[in-house]
Amino acid sequence: MRHETFAIGCAAGFGGDRTDAAAPIVETLIARGGAGALIFEMLAERTLALAQLDRRKNSEGGYAPLLESMARPVLRRCLEHGIPIVSNFGAANPRAAARRIRQIAQEQGVSQARIAIVEGDDLSDARGRELLRRFLSPADLGCEMISANVYLGAAAIADALRAGAQVVVTGRVADPSLAVGPAMWRFGWGETDWDTLGRATMAGHLLECGAQVTGGYFADPGFKDVPDLHAVGFPIAEVAADGSFTITKADATGGVVNARTVKEQLLYELHDPAAYLTPDVVADISEAEVVEVEENRVAVKGVRGRPRPETLKATVCYAGGWLGEGEISYAGPNAEARARLAGEVISRRVGDALKLRFDLIGALSVFGDDRGAALSALPVNDMRDVRLRVAGVHSDRAQVEKLLGEVTALYTCGPAGGGGIRTTITPRLNSVSCFVPRELVPATFTILE
Amino acid sequence: MDPDIIHIPLHRLAHGRAGDKGDTANISVIAYREEFFPLLLEQVTEEKVRKAFRHRNPTAVRRYLLPKLGAMNFVLENMLDGGVNDSLNLDSHGKTLAFLLLSLEVAAPKELAALLDPVPTGEAECLRR
Repeated sequence: MRHETFAIGCAAGFGGDRTDAAAPIVETLIARGGAGALIFEMLAERTLALAQLDRRKNSEGGYAPLLESMARPVLRRCLEHGIPIVSNFGAANPRAAARRIRQIAQEQGVSQARIAIVEGDDLSDARGRELLRRFLSPADLGCEMISANVYLGAAAIADALRAGAQVVVTGRVADPSLAVGPAMWRFGWGETDWDTLGRATMAGHLLECGAQVTGGYFADPGFKDVPDLHAVGFPIAEVAADGSFTITKADATGGVVNARTVKEQLLYELHDPAAYLTPDVVADISEAEVVEVEENRVAVKGVRGRPRPETLKATVCYAGGWLGEGEISYAGPNAEARARLAGEVISRRVGDALKLRFDLIGALSVFGDDRGAALSALPVNDMRDVRLRVAGVHSDRAQVEKLLGEVTALYTCGPAGGGGIRTTITPRLNSVSCFVPRELVPATFTILE
Repeated sequence: MDPDIIHIPLHRLAHGRAGDKGDTANISVIAYREEFFPLLLEQVTEEKVRKAFRHRNPTAVRRYLLPKLGAMNFVLENMLDGGVNDSLNLDSHGKTLAFLLLSLEVAAPKELAALLDPVPTGEAECLRR
């Protein structure tokens, strides 16, 4: 049966993922024969806003910073073996990304690469902003917009492949659609084959975070062990004509694909299991089962699909002021009390000039809340190696610099024995979402001339 | 203390992963063995989870069941101090919170101890609690 399936490998699960994951996938696809595709998922919510800022500085910038490192090692092999590459690494500038890929292909001796660009997601131009006016609240409209993108679906990707594209470069598309598109093309699915699209969407969902389904983000020593985590292999979904699929991984790699890894990723970032909303379909995994077919091969059964939503989600990012973070360590006898006193000093120096948060790394940090309720309720425990962290945000950079100056001054003016101060300032982005009727934001593709 | 009951962290019985969408977190709880699932249903309730996360002030806690996976999915709304773009938390995504949920204490019949996988570290501490 395997020869009738379409193998989709995913070599990146976010914009900063490993750049050596693709080669083992591509070699596996080639060795197994049959049809296949390679996807890279590289856009988180805020990544696109950062890319849009890049593009403002440089008209040929604004695509994923790691595009070249990801594509270069496998581009020629994929082009030669008929393995299409589909990725959202176009970010805020898919056209420039496509030009860059063509350049790389030419450097590698392939002069005729057919590269498609999927567009329609970017609503940050004047026309897009005008459109969004109807769907955003007045308060949001008053802010300084950096990027605005609608999540496109799989259809334009499938259309581009049908037109002979060997590489499809997109901006914002729903992550699972990166996998649904190639399968749609391969099997000729219609846009209303709901159960089929529902299954393929869950294949895409399992692929979209890369190693998170093959043993990455999973190991818990003694409880859930993962062989050769340092060399974790990235996933491959073998999709059948009805959308049903098995998950496996690249040959000769570490990691593991078993019922547990698949279940964890199946539920990742999911709300109602009966209604996983994408631009392509509403997928339902409430009756889903996972079956370990053989070592490192898991089948997912029982996924269904219902008609897709009439609206598409749009995410708008705004400039969100400045985040300042400062840290200082205390260790040895009475360390925790000294760290807590340092926090009090900062608090009294800064007052309520800006919103502050304190953490005691080593005692309580990430589990706590911004208001500090959990930290105040925590009895002093005599922790002997703690790091005070102060975080504050303000629209005025000078206010944040002042806060960090107070952290630095702890060297001479704070409690005894503090050391290892580090401070950073980063620009913040805020985002809001709204829903736009899909007929107002059509997706299109063009082949790079 | 009922001698027929042992108190163990949920971490011995289940694994899970946290994800975020905006200001809403979801945390899966997946039984290590089918036999554990009924106990999880009985003990890992919306109420208990709400209590474990009360300092994070979720406005709603909802438990979805996936019996064929031996799993449940908790959705906690407005719990991430505004989410990845607004929170001052080091972990603005709330990714670490799966292990806060897995710290929940579960009261289990003592026969269950025989089904627990041996653990190289921390086991004695877990069973003593």
